[in-house]
Amino acid sequence: MSILEVLAIIVPSTLLTAAPLIFTALGGVFSERSGVVNIGLEGLMSVGAFTAAIATLFLEHAGFGNASPWIAILIAAVAGAIFSLIHAVVSITFRADQTVSGVALNFLAAGLTIFLVKLIYNGNGQTPYIAHNINKISVPVLSNIPIIGPIFFQQVTYTSYLAIFVSFVVWYIIFKTSFGLRLRSVGEHPAAADTLGINVTRMRYIGVMLSGFFGGIGGAVYLVTITANYNVSTIAGQGFLALAAMVFGKWHPIGAMGASLFFGFAQALSITSQQIPYIDRLPSVVMMVAPYVLTLIVLTGFVGRAEPPKADGIPYIKGQR
Amino acid sequence: MSKMLSKIQWMKLLVPIVSVVLGLLCGAIIMVAAGYNPLLAYGSIVQSIFLQPYYTGETIRAMIPLVLSGLAVAFAFRTGLFNIGVEGQLLVGWFASVAAAIVFEGLPKVILLPLCIIAGGAAGGIWGFLPGFLKARFKVHEVISTIMMNYIALYTTSYLIKNFLYTEGERTPTIPSAASLASPTLANLTQGSRLHWGFIVAILAAVAMWFILWKTTRGYELRAVGFSPDASKYAGMNVSRNIILSMTISGIFAGLSGAMEGLGTYQYMMINSTFTGIGFNGIAVALLGLNTPVGVILAGALFAGLQTGGLTMQSVAGVPVELIQIVIALIIFFVGSSYVIKWALLRFSMRGHKN
Amino acid sequence: MPYAIEMKHIRKEFPGIIANDDINLQVEEGEIHALFGENGAGKSTLMNVLFGLYQPDEGEIYVHGKKVRIADPNDANRLGIGMVHQHFMLVEKFTVAENIILGREPTIHGRLDMTKAVKIVSDLSEKYGLDVDPMKKVEDITVGMQQRVEILKTLYRGSDILIFDEPTAVLTPLEIKELIDIMKRLVKEGKSIILITHKLKEIFEACDRCTVIRRGKIIGTIGIGETNPSDLADMMVGRKVNVRINNAPYEPKEKVLEIRDLTVLDSRKVKAVNQLNLTVHGGEIMGIAGVDGNGQTELVEAIAGLRKVKEGAIEINGNDVTNHKTRKIIEAGLGYIPEDRQKHGLVLDFSIGENMVLQTYYKKPYAFAGVLNNKVISKKAKQLIHEYDVRTPGEKTLARSLSGGNQQKVIVAREVDRSPQLLVAAQPTRGLDIGAIEFIHGKLLEEKEKGKAVLLVSFELDEILHLSDRIAVIFEGRIIDIVNPKETNENELGLLMAGRKKEEAQA
Repeated sequence: MSILEVLAIIVPSTLLTAAPLIFTALGGVFSERSGVVNIGLEGLMSVGAFTAAIATLFLEHAGFGNASPWIAILIAAVAGAIFSLIHAVVSITFRADQTVSGVALNFLAAGLTIFLVKLIYNGNGQTPYIAHNINKISVPVLSNIPIIGPIFFQQVTYTSYLAIFVSFVVWYIIFKTSFGLRLRSVGEHPAAADTLGINVTRMRYIGVMLSGFFGGIGGAVYLVTITANYNVSTIAGQGFLALAAMVFGKWHPIGAMGASLFFGFAQALSITSQQIPYIDRLPSVVMMVAPYVLTLIVLTGFVGRAEPPKADGIPYIKGQR
Repeated sequence: MSKMLSKIQWMKLLVPIVSVVLGLLCGAIIMVAAGYNPLLAYGSIVQSIFLQPYYTGETIRAMIPLVLSGLAVAFAFRTGLFNIGVEGQLLVGWFASVAAAIVFEGLPKVILLPLCIIAGGAAGGIWGFLPGFLKARFKVHEVISTIMMNYIALYTTSYLIKNFLYTEGERTPTIPSAASLASPTLANLTQGSRLHWGFIVAILAAVAMWFILWKTTRGYELRAVGFSPDASKYAGMNVSRNIILSMTISGIFAGLSGAMEGLGTYQYMMINSTFTGIGFNGIAVALLGLNTPVGVILAGALFAGLQTGGLTMQSVAGVPVELIQIVIALIIFFVGSSYVIKWALLRFSMRGHKN
Repeated sequence: MPYAIEMKHIRKEFPGIIANDDINLQVEEGEIHALFGENGAGKSTLMNVLFGLYQPDEGEIYVHGKKVRIADPNDANRLGIGMVHQHFMLVEKFTVAENIILGREPTIHGRLDMTKAVKIVSDLSEKYGLDVDPMKKVEDITVGMQQRVEILKTLYRGSDILIFDEPTAVLTPLEIKELIDIMKRLVKEGKSIILITHKLKEIFEACDRCTVIRRGKIIGTIGIGETNPSDLADMMVGRKVNVRINNAPYEPKEKVLEIRDLTVLDSRKVKAVNQLNLTVHGGEIMGIAGVDGNGQTELVEAIAGLRKVKEGAIEINGNDVTNHKTRKIIEAGLGYIPEDRQKHGLVLDFSIGENMVLQTYYKKPYAFAGVLNNKVISKKAKQLIHEYDVRTPGEKTLARSLSGGNQQKVIVAREVDRSPQLLVAAQPTRGLDIGAIEFIHGKLLEEKEKGKAVLLVSFELDEILHLSDRIAVIFEGRIIDIVNPKETNENELGLLMAGRKKEEAQA
C-alpha cells in the first residue's frame, strides 16, 4: 500500500471522527472561558444525538428528505442549549460545585434519553435507524485535484468542513469581538468585570448555553454521520474525549480543533490500523489510549503549560474576593 | 448566636433528606407525565426489597461496591480532592483481583483470597496514585487527570482480557473457588441472590476511613491539607505527600470495590465497552452521605435499593429502569445545590418563628 | 452650589454587624475629601454602597444635588462615579488597553477596534499625565502602573467623582508623592475625589476636608486647616490611644538568627532578596521597615523554609537550617505569625482546638504511635483560650467563625506557647482593631523581655518605631541600613525606604 493510499484512508476517517469532537470541544471552550467548568459535555452530546435521531426520523416521515438531518442538527443544538440550562442554574445561580453538577448532568442525560426512547418506542431501548444520513461525498472539482483531492476531498462529509470553519468563527468571536473580551474577562476576573458593569451571571449563562448549543450539534453530527440510531452506547466517551481535546488545545478554539483532529486521527488509526503496514503490528490499545495519555502529558507541562482561565470553576459571589 | 449555629448543624443533616424527597418527588412527576403510576412504581420497589429475600440480598450485594466507591470519593473529598477516577480504579482493581485468582490458581483459600483482595486494592491504589502524583508534582487538576485515567483503564483492561485471559462470552474464565467471596449460605438465606462476604470488607473499609481520618495524626494532616493546603504547608506539613497519599488510599477503596465485583458478584470480569457506572454512582453516594462513613453506608443502601428495586418497578409498573438513574441525577443536583436548600430552609423556619 | 456627593442617613447591616449606621457624608465639588477611620470602621462598605456594589438598607444618595438610586456599578458609572479599588480590579492576562476599555469597547460592526482603543488610552494618559504602556499585559507591569491603569479606567468612563480606596498601601514613598500630585491635578481638571485612608500623613498632604468614621458611625467632618494630626487620631479611635512603647532596656543576648549573603528568588524567578545579611539577638525586637514588595515576604518565607534559598545561609541558634524542611525549622525553634492569617495561619474549617496544635499534633502528649489524643488537645486548647482571652463559645468552635482579632489571638497563642527562640511576626496587626493591636504588641514585648528574639516585619512605620530595638531598612532585597529608633524619625526612614543611603538622606 502506498503512502497516498494510506492517507486516503486515514485522513477522511480522521475528518469524520473529528467533526463531532470539534463542535463539542468548542462548546467546552465557551463554557470554561466564561468560568464554568463543564464536564457535562458527554451528557450534552447524548441529548444532541438523541434529539437528532428523533428529529430526523420525524422529519423524514414528514417528507423533508435529505434536508432532515440538517434541520435535525439545528433542533439538537437548541435542545442542547436548553438542557445545559440545568447546569447553568445549578452551578451559577445555586452555586453548586460545577464538577458535581456536570456529573449529574451526564447521569440525567443518559437516563432521560433512554427513558424517553423506551417511552416513544414502546419499551424498545433504541431508536430505528434514520434513512437520510449525512453521507460521505466527493467534493465536486476539488476531489479531482491530484494527490490532495483523494486525501482531503473524497469520502468526506460536509460537517467536517463546517466544523473546521466554525472553529475559526469561534476564535474570531472569542478574541476579536467585544462579546469575547467580556466573556474572557468573566472567566479570568469576574469581580473586575462586575465593577465595570458587566453582568457576570448573564455572561456565564451565555457561556454555558453556548456549550450546550455546540455540544448538541456535536452529538447530532455524531449521530447523523456515524451511528444513525440512538441507544445507550451511542455516546460512550465522545464527550469526555471532547473535554480532553479542549484541555489539550489549551482552552483555545483553534487548539481545540487541532486536538480534536489529532484525536480523530488516533481513532482512525485504531480502526484502520489493520490495513496499514507497520501500524498493524502495534496493539490497537495503544491508539485507543493515546489521546488520553497525551492529554495527561500536555497537562504536566512538558509541552508548554496548559492553564485554564483563572476563575474557571469558581462560583462568583458578589462582594467576595 | 449559638442557637443559630445549632440550627445550621441540624440543617446540614436535613439537606440530604430534603434532596432525596425532592428527587423522588420529581421522579414521580416524570412518571405521571409519562403516564405511569408512581405509587405503584415506588410501592413495588419498597415491597421487593423489604419483603422478597432475593431482592433484599441483591440490594445488600449492590451496596458493597457502591459503599466502597462512595468511601473512595468521600475520602478524597475530605482531603480536598475530587476523585472522578473511581470508575477506572474500580476496573483495574476488578481486573487485578480476577487475574491474580487465575494466575495463582491452586493456592489455598487462606492465602489466595486475601492475595486477590490485596491485588485489587493495590491496582486501584496505583491508579489513584498516578493522578495524585501528577497533581502534587505538576499541579495537574485531578478532575481532568482521573477522567483520562478512566478511559485508559477501560481500554487497557479490555485489551488485556481479550489478549491474555479470554474465554467464550467476551469475558475471563471463572475464578477458582479458593478466590471466591461467594457464599452458598448467604445465597440460600436470600433465595439465591448473589450476596457474598464482601459486605464485611465494605464495613471494615468504612471503619478504616473513620479511624484514619479522625483518630490518627496522618488523618489530621490529610484533613488539614484538604481544608487549607497553604496553612498546612506553613505549619510544616508535606502537602504533596498528603495529596498523593489521599489519592492512593481513595484508589485502594475503589480498587477493592472492583475486587468485590470480581471475586464476589460475578466471579469473572467481562470485556466492558462502557463504564460500570458504579464509580460515578459513588460520587452521588459520597455527596448524599455528606462524606462521612455512616452517611456513605446509608446513601449506598438507598441507591442500591433503588437500583435493585428498579428492576421490579420495570416489570410491575412498566416504568423503564432508567427512571432510577434520572432520580439519582436529580438527587445529586439537589444535594449539590445545598446552598439554596439551606437558604430556603432558613427562610422557612424563620417564617415559622414569626407566626 | 450643590454637593458633588451627598449621602444621607445611610444604613447597611450585615448578619451580626451594623457596618454603616445613619451615615451622612457631604463631598464638595472640586475637593479632595478624606474618609478616615480604622480598619473595619465601615469606610469600604460606605463606598461600595456609593459605587452600587451594595444596596443600603436605608438612606438616600444625591449626586450633584439630584436624588439617585445606584443599583449596580453601571449606574455609578453613568452618574460619573468611578472607583480605584484597593485590590486592583485588573485582568492580568489582558493588555492595559483591553482592561481600560472593557465593558465599553470601541467597535466596528461588533469587532473590537483596538487601534482606536490604544489611541484613546494614549490620549487620556497624556492629558492627565498618567504614564502607561497600552500594549503591555497587566501581569508584566509594575504596581504603580497598575494603579494608573485603574485611574485611567475611571477617566475613560468620564467619571468626575473618583473614589480612591486605600491607594497608598502598595506604593513606595516616591510613588505616593506622585499619586498625590496626580490627585491634585485631577481636582484642577474639575474632578472631585474621595480618599479612603487610615494614614494621617496623606490626609494632611493631600486633602481639603476630612470625615471621620468610627464603628459604622460618623464622628464629624472637619477642614484640614482647622485640625492637627493628634486630634484627628483621637477622633478616629475615640479615646486616647494607649500606645505600647518598647521601653524595656535593650540588653541583647546571644545570636539567635543569623542570615548571611542570602539570595532568594520570587515566583517570577527575579531576585527578591539579594545578598542580604541580618543578625537578630535574644532579647531584642528587630524591626524590618520597607515598602511592600522589597523582599520582605520572600525573606520571611525563606527563613520558614517555605521558599528555596538560592545562595547564602540561615542559622537559628547556631544550627544551619538553610533549605531545611519547614517542620525541621519549626522544631529548631521558629515561631511564625504569618502575614495572611486566614490563608496561612489557620485552617479555617478546623476547630480552635485543632488549630492550636497545628505544628505539634504528632508529638506527645497530643499523639502516641500515630493516634491522636483528642482529650489532651481539648484541654490544651481550653487553657490557651483562657490565657489569651480568645472570645469564643468553646474550643470546638470553628476558627472561621471568629473575628479577625480573635483569630490572630489563636495564632499568637499557638506560636508563643511553643516558646520558640525566634518569633517572626509578619504584619501581625494588619486589619485589626485597636484593642487587638494593643494585645498583640504587648505579647511581642513580653517575648522580648523573656529573652526571645523577635523579627517584626511591618509596613506601618509607627508600629516599627514604637516596638523595635533596632530597625533594619530593606530596599530591593537588601538591608541598606540599620538604625536606632530613638535616633531616627519617619522622614529619615521614609527616605531610606526609598533607597537613599543615610548620608544622602541627611544631606
